[in-house]
Amino acid sequence: MTIDHTTKRKLKLATTSLAGCFGCHMSLLDMDERLADLLEHVEFDRSPFTDIKHCGQCDIGLIEGGVCNAENVHVLREFRSQCRILVAVGACAINGGVPAMRNYFDLQDCLKTVFLHGTNVTHPRIPNDPELPLLLDKVYPIGEIVPVDYFLPGCPPSAEAFLQLLQPLLAGEKPVIVKSQLHYD
Amino acid sequence: MTMTTDTIRIDDRDIPFTPGQTIMDAALAAGIYIPHLCHHPGLPPSGNCRLCMVKIGNRSTAACITTATAGQQIRSDTPELNATRKTITQMLFVEGNHICPSCEKTGNCKLQAMAYHFGMLDDHFPQFYPRRELDASHPDILLDRSRCILCDLCVRASRDVDKKNIFTTAGRGTQAHLIVNTPSGKLVDSPIAKTDLAANICPVGAILIKEKGYEVPIGRRIYDWQTIRETGLQEQVELKNKD
Repeated sequence: MTIDHTTKRKLKLATTSLAGCFGCHMSLLDMDERLADLLEHVEFDRSPFTDIKHCGQCDIGLIEGGVCNAENVHVLREFRSQCRILVAVGACAINGGVPAMRNYFDLQDCLKTVFLHGTNVTHPRIPNDPELPLLLDKVYPIGEIVPVDYFLPGCPPSAEAFLQLLQPLLAGEKPVIVKSQLHYD
Repeated sequence: MTMTTDTIRIDDRDIPFTPGQTIMDAALAAGIYIPHLCHHPGLPPSGNCRLCMVKIGNRSTAACITTATAGQQIRSDTPELNATRKTITQMLFVEGNHICPSCEKTGNCKLQAMAYHFGMLDDHFPQFYPRRELDASHPDILLDRSRCILCDLCVRASRDVDKKNIFTTAGRGTQAHLIVNTPSGKLVDSPIAKTDLAANICPVGAILIKEKGYEVPIGRRIYDWQTIRETGLQEQVELKNKD
């Protein structure tokens, strides 16, 4: 029996980067030619790959990065409400990661150091344009804002680790990250 | 059952012990790994990380500070105990600032390796993000208290091996922290040297030798090749060879 890929419904996959560096997205692309196989089974909804601005009903949502500002909170909540399965991808989504190193300081001190007293500052002013999302007091892991179904550690997780996550999810099974693949760096 | 008067039984294996030996030392000598972070062969035990909790009958006890007694029936490698150990590891992570991608110790860190050992995918608990004092005063050694897990290995190494008594812990509960026994409280005013055991025994990235951090690239470090179970048993063998 051959599976007719043209009639089988493709799963919808959404991805976003909150307070992250897009490194996890780059690592997802490291799947190289295996991306072609993946696209046989999924279609991208909201994602930097499609430039769709709002997340529709999706099967899987991949979140890179922690939560550092009000916009991140809105995006994360939209993903949670629209995605059947939500995955925290990478160190920042799981525990705040490198952006969370600002949590050791008061937010005002960070802003003053960067925009008022920093090196090469020519027009000292803390930006306050209403278009700019307001910063939170701290950078938070996404699991402290919404419930998360699965975690994929790594900085970034390797392309192999992405496959270990996605292949079982596409088959409707629970993903298992093997210990030998487990890395936080 | 072949239990005799001079053996203990750990997970259905009878192993010998010498009078006065702890369960941990007897287990390691017999090649049985009981997870541990604050224990180090050759140093007196402290019993503070609680990862080596085992069951003797219905009683839970830390293997590193419990003396082996003939006929003890000990359970260690059980799903329940390992789940508890994973939870303890998660708590150690959230209590400090363990941002692995930014830490020089990554790949050589026993806390990280312990988390790999238990397949820890997330920290489960809310992060503390504590603010703790960093001491970069010493030219050769960095002390970053935000990564300290209060195992007190440096305290024991400095007191019992280096004979310098440089470190101690102060405060209680969440306020507990490592202090330096100098009037200024700074490492630079202490007689610590980068060759001291105390400067090299830290299981995490709290005490680091400066200018060494990236001599071995990430991906080719201790726990990129070996598991903490393997290195834990090796430490015991190295100690034996030294004697």
